[in-house]
Amino acid sequence: MSNSNPYQDDRGNKDRSITNPGGQGTAEVRRKSGPVTAAPDTPFLIGESMTGGYGKGPDILHDCTIAVDRGEIAVIVGPNGAGKSTAMKAVFGMLDVRSGRVLLDGEDITTLTPQDRVIKGMGFVPQTHNIFTSMTVEENLEMGAFIRTDDFRDTMAQVYDLFPILKEKRRQPAGELSGGQRQQVAVGRALMTRPKVLMLDEPTAGVSPIVMDELFDRIIEVARTGIPILMVEQNARQALEIADKGYVLVQGRNAFTDTGKALMADPEVRRSFLGG
Amino acid sequence: MDLLNAFITLANFVIIPAIAYGSQLALGALGVTLIYGILRFSNFAHGDTMAFGTMVTILITWLFQAWGISLGVLPTALLALPFGIAGCAAFVLLTDRAVYRFYRTQKAKPVILVIVSMGVMFIMNGVVRFIIGPDDHNFSDGERFIISARTFRELTGLQEGLAIRTSTGITVITAVVVVALLFWFLNKTRTGKSMRAYSDNEDLALLSGINPERVVLVTWVIVAALATVAGTLYGLDKSFKAFTYFQLLLPIFASAIVGGLGSPVGAIAGGFVIAFSEVTITYAWKKVIVYVLPDGMGPDGLVQLLSTDYKFAVSFIILLVVLLFRPTGLFKGKSV
Repeated sequence: MSNSNPYQDDRGNKDRSITNPGGQGTAEVRRKSGPVTAAPDTPFLIGESMTGGYGKGPDILHDCTIAVDRGEIAVIVGPNGAGKSTAMKAVFGMLDVRSGRVLLDGEDITTLTPQDRVIKGMGFVPQTHNIFTSMTVEENLEMGAFIRTDDFRDTMAQVYDLFPILKEKRRQPAGELSGGQRQQVAVGRALMTRPKVLMLDEPTAGVSPIVMDELFDRIIEVARTGIPILMVEQNARQALEIADKGYVLVQGRNAFTDTGKALMADPEVRRSFLGG
Repeated sequence: MDLLNAFITLANFVIIPAIAYGSQLALGALGVTLIYGILRFSNFAHGDTMAFGTMVTILITWLFQAWGISLGVLPTALLALPFGIAGCAAFVLLTDRAVYRFYRTQKAKPVILVIVSMGVMFIMNGVVRFIIGPDDHNFSDGERFIISARTFRELTGLQEGLAIRTSTGITVITAVVVVALLFWFLNKTRTGKSMRAYSDNEDLALLSGINPERVVLVTWVIVAALATVAGTLYGLDKSFKAFTYFQLLLPIFASAIVGGLGSPVGAIAGGFVIAFSEVTITYAWKKVIVYVLPDGMGPDGLVQLLSTDYKFAVSFIILLVVLLFRPTGLFKGKSV
């Protein structure tokens, strides 16, 4: 990443006996959230005609719209570099949306910081670095529930019901688990806030096909509990199969939007994105 | 041959002083390792943070002594310690607000913070010398010994005496209590866990609703407390001199790195490794050897491997060996 800030230039110093770069944050800690205004009669969660990019960089998204309604699974697919993850991060407030707006449950939350969106009920699972590796599985879940002041033991029990392997390994450091189990910890951590909507950024990246199938099953199970899910996926075919709604992005623009089944049937989508 | 007297000599001149010194280093190294783990840089100002906290403690001790308040057999400094911690915490938080916070919002690379901490070190050093002066200060009062060498000899009838000084006893007890409290805090409390989470993954901690500024604040307060306790115990045991505290930085860093930076258990183990190495290598072994060997076979020289003037060389060499052969330290720290 090119960077003009001289404070972020370590001039190649990698001496870890004096510095500890691991785990350092990249998210800009924005000081304050803007106001939230009412916006009735809109989908449950929608990023509406979003245009924007990272920091002062060029626009990556162009008039892009992503929405998910109650009880649905919405999937964002597209070729590499299409801005899939960027679109999701825009919905979550991790980049500047220069025009367009983000609405959640009848409220305009465009100016909220990501932290405040979590409090508003958005659960987000990043693609990488999505667990606390040095902490036990149970501590990961506890940290997920950090913003809650009430008793969260029943939520933890629900997460353990959903992911029985985590209960078995709850005293083990999360960093010692396999890739698929780590993803379960990551999803479990996000579920601990009892989110109104769950956003998953490539939950199956880097896991074996068998584990991938299992993860998809679990995601469907989560959706059945009534939580709408917005998901970015590399494995377009499998993802569209379980999707109520699919968004195909190309170069930061909506190329096709339809139900998952319709997209699978669309000859043009098949030819260009699903390999025939 | 007299093994019992040999052991008593060894205990009196090596084991007990090394345990006390090791506890002091361990407390210092814990502060360094916490900053390294959570704020992600090596804090070169730690020695002078200790000096500042100790200075406040000493000033309050003098005030109490002037008012005639004392703890009887215990040193008055223990009573002044909470005030020293508060003063040190306030100063450190002021430093954070004035200096470190700017670099944090810039998301500066840790190596820049290391250099910044050196600047802070010079300022703190100057502030301490300006307020209390560069001289030696002895602020220990109360009973000097738990068991003096003479009492021990009279009690046991042995030739050698074993002295346990009050400061040694206080050092060890305080260190155990402080370490237990710290581990309980880090592993069992919500705030402690949020600090570990922040150390592990800043972005995810932010997404979990952990307030980074609060984590930083709590870390500084804990570090100030650890530094003040370590500094005051060292000062009670020996004496207070601003420059000595600055020099303590080397053995403290060596302890933290030997144990594994970022690992609190390692910091404690490292403290004792460094203390025992330093004391055994600079001790004149003649007396012990004379007791151990048969009569008349004792050595002529002092059998001192290194003059005490070179005690810092010991830390240096251990540091080098560890960085060369086991850079993650004894307890798998974060440095690679």
